[in-house]
Amino acid sequence: MAATNSRPLSPHLTIWRWGPHMVVSILHRASGVALSIAGLAILAWWLLALAQGAEAYTRFAEVGMSPIGLFVLIGLTWAFFQHLLSGIRHLVMDTGAAFELDTNKRFAILTIVGSLVLTAALWVYILGGRA
Amino acid sequence: MSLGDSATPLGRVRGLGSAREGGEHWLTERVTSVALLLLGTWLIASLLFLPDLGRQTMIEWLRAPSGAVPMALLIIVGFRHALDGMKVVVDDYVHEEGSRFAVNTLLLFLAVGGGALALYALAQIAFGAVA
Repeated sequence: MAATNSRPLSPHLTIWRWGPHMVVSILHRASGVALSIAGLAILAWWLLALAQGAEAYTRFAEVGMSPIGLFVLIGLTWAFFQHLLSGIRHLVMDTGAAFELDTNKRFAILTIVGSLVLTAALWVYILGGRA
Repeated sequence: MSLGDSATPLGRVRGLGSAREGGEHWLTERVTSVALLLLGTWLIASLLFLPDLGRQTMIEWLRAPSGAVPMALLIIVGFRHALDGMKVVVDDYVHEEGSRFAVNTLLLFLAVGGGALALYALAQIAFGAVA
């Protein structure tokens, strides 16, 4: 591997001018990691608490509705919607479509706007009449 | 043509053909993503349409086949998709071969272990082992 160290690498994050497509690309990866670790851990914890009994479930609900719990849950909801929408974008691009600069940019912005709107709508609904 | 230490990584592999693997991983990631599009939407919609988020309501929901079966699929496909996605991240950022193998193996154990735990809790609920 001696030869590799001194050779130039392809330009990375620090050199490109930021655009929506880069933000969405990194958000897709970050939200995927967040969902994989925190999202699945909470899913497992939730099911285990349900199975364990009323006390365990009350504790789960208390932690979930605490300020930190809400912050994490709202964050994960946003990660879910962002990953879902940019995932759809990736599936479209896998077919070879939407690579035109304008279309690509519009699609990228749409995923960000969409995930924020969906997250806000869901939590306004949950915190405003139902919980 | 000699390919000694002076060859670049690209130079060393050029002409060898494809790795003959990896295609299945790529395709599995896409297929599971489409499944999660449906199962994730199902989860959010179900939680929204439940009359409340109390423990008894949840247990009744997961005891019916219409709740238990999609939840089991969500656990299996979710952990699989997370594992496939995390592998891409690890392969990108962990360069040393031994560490990469170790991290990927750890992730495999975590995914299988976490998925089994979640399925066990779901089975307890679905088959009426909890009151």
